[in-house]
Amino acid sequence: MPPVIAAEHLQKRYKDFVAVADASFVVERGEIFGLLGSNGAGKTTSVECLQGLRHADGGTLRVLGLDPLTQARELRRRIGSQLQEAALPDHVRVWEALDLFSSITPGGRDWREVMEQWGLTDKRKASFHSLSGGQRQRLFVALALVNSPEVVFLDEMTTGLDPASRHVAWDLVRRVRDMGTTVVLVTHFMEEAERLCDRIAVMDAGRIVAEGTPQKLVSGHARYVTVMFSADAQDLTWLDAVPGVERVTRHGARVEVRGGGAVLAHVAAALVAHGIAPPDLRVEQPTLEDVFLTLTGHDMEE
Amino acid sequence: MRVLFKMTWIEIKLLAREPVTLVFSFALPVLVLVLLGGIFGHERMDTGAYAGVAMMDWYVPSYIGLVIASIGTVSLPVHLSAYRERGVLRRFRASGVSEAVLLGSQLLVSLGVACAGAISISVLGIVVYGAQMAVAPAEVALAYVVSTFCFVAIGVLLASLAPTARAAQSVGLLLWFVLLLVSGTSAPLDRLPSWMVSLGKALPLYHSVVSLVDPWIGRGTNWTQLAIVAAVGAVATLVTLRVFRWE
Ligand SMILES: Nc1ncnc2c1ncn2[C@@H]1O[C@H](COP(=O)(O)OP(=O)(O)OP(=O)(O)O)[C@@H](O)[C@H]1O
Ligand SMILES: [Mg+2]
Repeated sequence: MPPVIAAEHLQKRYKDFVAVADASFVVERGEIFGLLGSNGAGKTTSVECLQGLRHADGGTLRVLGLDPLTQARELRRRIGSQLQEAALPDHVRVWEALDLFSSITPGGRDWREVMEQWGLTDKRKASFHSLSGGQRQRLFVALALVNSPEVVFLDEMTTGLDPASRHVAWDLVRRVRDMGTTVVLVTHFMEEAERLCDRIAVMDAGRIVAEGTPQKLVSGHARYVTVMFSADAQDLTWLDAVPGVERVTRHGARVEVRGGGAVLAHVAAALVAHGIAPPDLRVEQPTLEDVFLTLTGHDMEE
Repeated sequence: MRVLFKMTWIEIKLLAREPVTLVFSFALPVLVLVLLGGIFGHERMDTGAYAGVAMMDWYVPSYIGLVIASIGTVSLPVHLSAYRERGVLRRFRASGVSEAVLLGSQLLVSLGVACAGAISISVLGIVVYGAQMAVAPAEVALAYVVSTFCFVAIGVLLASLAPTARAAQSVGLLLWFVLLLVSGTSAPLDRLPSWMVSLGKALPLYHSVVSLVDPWIGRGTNWTQLAIVAAVGAVATLVTLRVFRWE
């Protein structure tokens, strides 16, 4: 079966500014695919090209086998979109929006069910402008799902959600996937990518710099683990000679040793050999965030 | 069709929830009618093709045209460009709302607003100022539908060209004011300098007005004027289909 989404050498410029230089990726049916990257990396641009909302300048795009530009009408019936920037008329009520959007694609789910799932039933008669940021966000996700799409694009879905709603949203998205919908999730939130995505593409400055499952990305790209302990001993310079150690840093009694995979065992053995048995010896595994740092050379916030 | 009717019904409810948006297209023409009725209401046209026609019999149908023109020059462009500016059109488009549904619902709502405006102007003119009843209401209705189509097309075109809602508002108001002065909807046409009459004839409202007035005062449908209005509407529609922007 062909992939649900195939992007080959996607390029997009705004005047002279290159927003997406060259991005290729595929999304398989039934997975939650994450597009992770810092502000301005080109994530929104890429997914909006896939949804036929922006014209790509180069490359080949296929979504459900359709060309997003020439077959936009057919495509929009079969996908769901939650856009990073969008609005509804101020005075439209929650139920009216759901009712209207569900009528566009006959044969979708009952909108009342979607409204209930996304916790909007209490607000069914509230007008759009009276909703809080998180409620608006949930309404937009609900609107993206109301036509029972085969693929749903969620662009920063959990922005503005409190931690509890965020966890509920993650559960709901997993359930959407389990019902067979493919999910494309744009995020710059590491925890979300790590917990929710089956596969992630890391985007930086308009290019895909890495791709894989969260586990594979972490094990493949984070070269270091960090061993931490406290020690009063004055001279620890011998640590540098322990196999696998790359760097030792001290903040008073706190010692951090960075090194390759087997460094913990070697450091522990060397400590014992020097008569030191720190009770707080522990190792910190790399996270997606470390991978991100390694791959892009900068923090998320930069 | 179902989507079109849902969209139209929602737009009507939105208007009812924020009636102040109706002031311009609805209340202003009524107000101007009251003021001009006070000034010229008891006079008759002196010269020209309409010599002898009571001013009020001219004003009432022509103000139906003014309501329609205010929708097309101000209300609709401001409404649609505000939707575009705020990202409402983006949202609609991403969910598969078609141009036909979006613009069709605006046409239906405009027909409704224009109809309500026409009724209030007619009642006011006939009851308070003793204007005559429309001689051929069905033919007046035809002119009203064609004029509304024309000005809705112009309105969507202006909305597509305006960079922002504020720009749409300033340009639209200016246009509306010019139309008001030169189309026989303020001082009687026979009192305007000839260059103003010529300017009026170069703009669509004058032709809408004549096509509304003629059947109203018993001269029957003016097919020439109606054809001009329809042609302007058709051209505006064709251009709009090329330049319409969702974002
Ligand atoms: N309409 C536009 N006109 C000009 N430049 C744009 C436009 N849209 C985006 N850009 C630029 O393109 C780059 C990529 O933008 P994009 O919105 O795709 O980033 P993103 O990865 O979604 O970022 P964020 O995490 O902040 O949402 C940014 O530098 C942005 O300034
Ligand atoms: Mg973005």
